[in-house]
Amino acid sequence: MSGFHTHALYRHEHSALHGLPSQVKIVSLVLFVGAVVATPRDVLWPFAIHAALLIVAVSIARIPFSFMAKRLVIELPFVLFAVLMPFIGTGERTTVLGVSLSIAGLWGAWTILVKGTLGLGASVLMAATTEIPDILEGFERLRFPKLVTAIAGFMVRYLDVIIGELRRMRVAMTARGYDPSWIGQAGPIASSAGSLFVRSYERGERVHRAMLARGYTGAMPVFERVTVSARDWLTGMAIPGLAWVVAIVSWVVR
Amino acid sequence: MSTPALEVRDLSYSYPDGRRALDAADFHIHPGERVALLGANGAGKTTLVLHLNGILRPSSGTVRVAGLEVTDDNLREIRRRVGLVFQDPDDQLFMPTVRRDVAFGPANFEVGGEELDRRVRGALEAVGMEDAIDRAPHHLSLGERKRVAVATVLAMEPEILVLDEPSSNLDPAGRRELAKMLDTLDITMLLVTHDLAYAQALCRRVMIMNHGRIVADGPTEHVLADRPLLAKNRL
Amino acid sequence: MHIPDGFINGSTSLGAGIAAAGGIGAGLRHAGKRLADRQIPLAGLAAAFIFAAQMINFPVAVGTSGHLIGGGLAAVLLGPWLASVVLAVVVGVQALIFADGGVSALGLNIINMAIVAPWTAWFIYRGLRALLPRTQRAVAVAAGVAAAFSVEIAALGFVGEYAIGGTGGAPVPTVLIAMGGVHALIGIGEGLITGAIVAAVLAARPDIVAGAADLLDPAASPPRRLGRFVLAGVGAALLVAAFLSPFANSNPDGLQRVAEDKGFVETAQTSPVDEGSPLAGYKAGGDGVIATAVAGVLGVGITFGIGYGVVRLSRRTKAQR
Repeated sequence: MSGFHTHALYRHEHSALHGLPSQVKIVSLVLFVGAVVATPRDVLWPFAIHAALLIVAVSIARIPFSFMAKRLVIELPFVLFAVLMPFIGTGERTTVLGVSLSIAGLWGAWTILVKGTLGLGASVLMAATTEIPDILEGFERLRFPKLVTAIAGFMVRYLDVIIGELRRMRVAMTARGYDPSWIGQAGPIASSAGSLFVRSYERGERVHRAMLARGYTGAMPVFERVTVSARDWLTGMAIPGLAWVVAIVSWVVR
Repeated sequence: MSTPALEVRDLSYSYPDGRRALDAADFHIHPGERVALLGANGAGKTTLVLHLNGILRPSSGTVRVAGLEVTDDNLREIRRRVGLVFQDPDDQLFMPTVRRDVAFGPANFEVGGEELDRRVRGALEAVGMEDAIDRAPHHLSLGERKRVAVATVLAMEPEILVLDEPSSNLDPAGRRELAKMLDTLDITMLLVTHDLAYAQALCRRVMIMNHGRIVADGPTEHVLADRPLLAKNRL
Repeated sequence: MHIPDGFINGSTSLGAGIAAAGGIGAGLRHAGKRLADRQIPLAGLAAAFIFAAQMINFPVAVGTSGHLIGGGLAAVLLGPWLASVVLAVVVGVQALIFADGGVSALGLNIINMAIVAPWTAWFIYRGLRALLPRTQRAVAVAAGVAAAFSVEIAALGFVGEYAIGGTGGAPVPTVLIAMGGVHALIGIGEGLITGAIVAAVLAARPDIVAGAADLLDPAASPPRRLGRFVLAGVGAALLVAAFLSPFANSNPDGLQRVAEDKGFVETAQTSPVDEGSPLAGYKAGGDGVIATAVAGVLGVGITFGIGYGVVRLSRRTKAQR
C-alpha cells in the first residue's frame, strides 16, 4: 500500500502492532536493536531468545514469514562480506572441512550475520506495520527538531514525484538509443540530473508560494496532539524490555 | 452597491529585467459572480494571480479583497480571504496525507481541535473527496489531486476562489468531472484559463487579458462570439 | 555504503551516535539561522533529489557499477551546513523508514555520509576555487574533484570506525585496501557525475548553486595564473599520498593473496597481541619516499583526469541542448 519505489514495505493487516502509535514503535525498535547490539557476541543462547522475540512480534503482527524473508534479501551484500571474514581473518586458525579458517573471523562472521539480520528484521517489521506518514508523525511526537521533521516530510512527499521524473528521463533516453557502458558516456545522465535538480528547486519555490498562500508564516502549524496511553507504552516496551534483560543477563553470567 | 469581492485598480508590474508584465490592469468582481479571465500564454495571467494574495507586489496600483487592501500588514488576512488554487496540484499538496494538507490552511489561523476536523471534512465533502482523507497525495489520480487542492483552500472559508488553469492536463472526462464539481460550489470565483469551453461552461462573465492589460470585459456569450477579438488575442 | 547492525560494536556505535547528533545539531543551528523559511521546502526537495540521485547506478568498469553518495554534490549546491542536515535526513529516513542501514549504525552512517563526505568535499572545493579562475567551468571541475576525494575519505572514515570497533576479525589493512580500492573507483565516477551535474545546473540557473554565489558577485577579482592550478594538483596529490602509502607497502596482504596461497596464510605472524584484535597484523607503511612519489603522480593524474573528464562531459551535454 505504501508503494515506495523498490521497497514496498508496508503491509496492511489488523493487528496489535499495526494499532500501536508510531512513536511507541520507533522507540521499541531502537531499544530492541540496542539490546541485540549490546549482547556479547561470544555466547549463542541470548541470540536465540532475541530471534524468538522477533518471531513472536512478527506473528502478532500477522505478517507472513515469506514477506519478511523477501525483504531480508536486501541483506545479501553484507552476508557476502560476513562469509569472507573467516578466510581473511587473522589470529588463531582452525580447520573446518579441510579449509583453514580464522577463529576471530568466524566470530566476526557470526556477529555480523546474527546482529545484522535481527536488526534488519526489526526495522522491516516496523516498516511493515506502520505507514510512512505515521512514522513521520511519530518523530514529530517524539519532539525531534522541527526543521528535521519538516524536511523529512517534504522529502518523503516528493520522493515518488522525483523518482518518477527520473524514470521517465531514463526511458526517454533509452528510447533514443542511449545505453551507457562506461562512465565516459555518463554525460546525458548528468545533464538530465542537472535539469532535474533545477526543476526540483523550482518546484520547491512554488511549494513555498503555495504555503504562503495558505497563511504560512515561517513555522509549521501544530496539528492535533495525540495522547498515548500508558498501556500502549507497556505493550510496546514488552519485547525490547525482555531483550534488554537477556542482554544484561548474558553480560553478567559471562 | 455592495463591496466588491475583488477590486484591482491600475495594477502595474515589471520584472527585474524590465519586462512589463502588468499594464494598468483594472477590474472588479462582485460577490457571487463567476468570472473567467482569458489570455494566451504569456499574457500576464499568472503574474496577476500572484498579486491577488500579495506574493508579488506591484510597482503601482492596488488590490482590495472584500474591501481590505493588500499591504504588508494585511497579508495574513488577505491570504485567508483569497483561496488560490495553483495550476499544478503537486505544488499545492505538499503534506504526507490529504488530511494534513487540507488542515494546513486553517491550522495556520489557529483553528484547531473539533473545528479543524469539521472544516477538513466539510471541505473534502464539498469536492467529493471525503474518502481520501487519510491517503497520501501521490496515490491519487490527477483529477483527484485537483479536487483535493480546491479543498485545501475551501477549508479556510475564503471570500473568493481563484483557480489558475484548473483544466490543464486533464482528460475530457476529468475536465467534465471537475467542472461539475466547481459548479456546485457556492462561492465567488475567478477562473484564470485559456480553455474557452471551461469559461463558457462555468462563467457568466469573461475578461480578456493581453500584454498585461484587460482588453475586453463582458457577458460570456458576447465576448466568446466575437471571433476577431479572440483571434487578435491569440485565443 | 550503508553499514548494517553488527559490523561495528555497541560502544563505538553509541559514541558515533552522540558525535553525529552533535554534528547535525550544529548543522541545524547554523543552517536554521540562515535558512529563510523559503528554503525549508527547498531543502526537502533537495533531499528527495539526493535520495533519488543515490539510486542512480553508473557504470564504473565493465560489469561493475557504483552509486552516488552525493556528499560533494549536496555541499556545492546547498552549502556544507544545509548539505549535512539534508544528507542526515536522507540517511536517517533510509534507516528508520526504508530499513536501509542498521538502526544502531545510524550514527556511523551519518558521520560518514552526512558529515565527513560533504565537509571534506567543501574544504577541497574551497581550496581549489581559491586557486582556480572564477568561472563556471572551474566551479564544476572543483566540485567534481572535491566529490571524488570526499568519497574516498568517507570510505576511509568507515575504515577508521572499523579499526576502532570493528567486529569482523579481518585485519584493518585488508579492509583498508578493499574499501579504499573500491571507493577510489566509485569516487572517480562520482566526481565525474557531480561535476557534470553542477555544470548543468550552473548553465540553467547559476543563482541556485550556493557554492558559486561568488560568481554572481559583480566585484569579482581577476583570474589566477596557470601555475596555481598546478599547485592545486600537487596539493591533492599530497592528500592522496597520505592514504595510498599502505597500498604501496612492499608487503601487501591483499584478499587475493590470502585466498590463493594457503601457505602464506599458515606462516602468518601470530602473537599474543595479534589474537582477535582488529589492529593485529597492521604494518607500518613501506618505503615512505617511494610511496609518496607514486601517490603524488597518481594524485595529480586523478585530479587532472577528473577535471578534464568533467569539462568533456559538460561540453558534450551543452552541445546536446
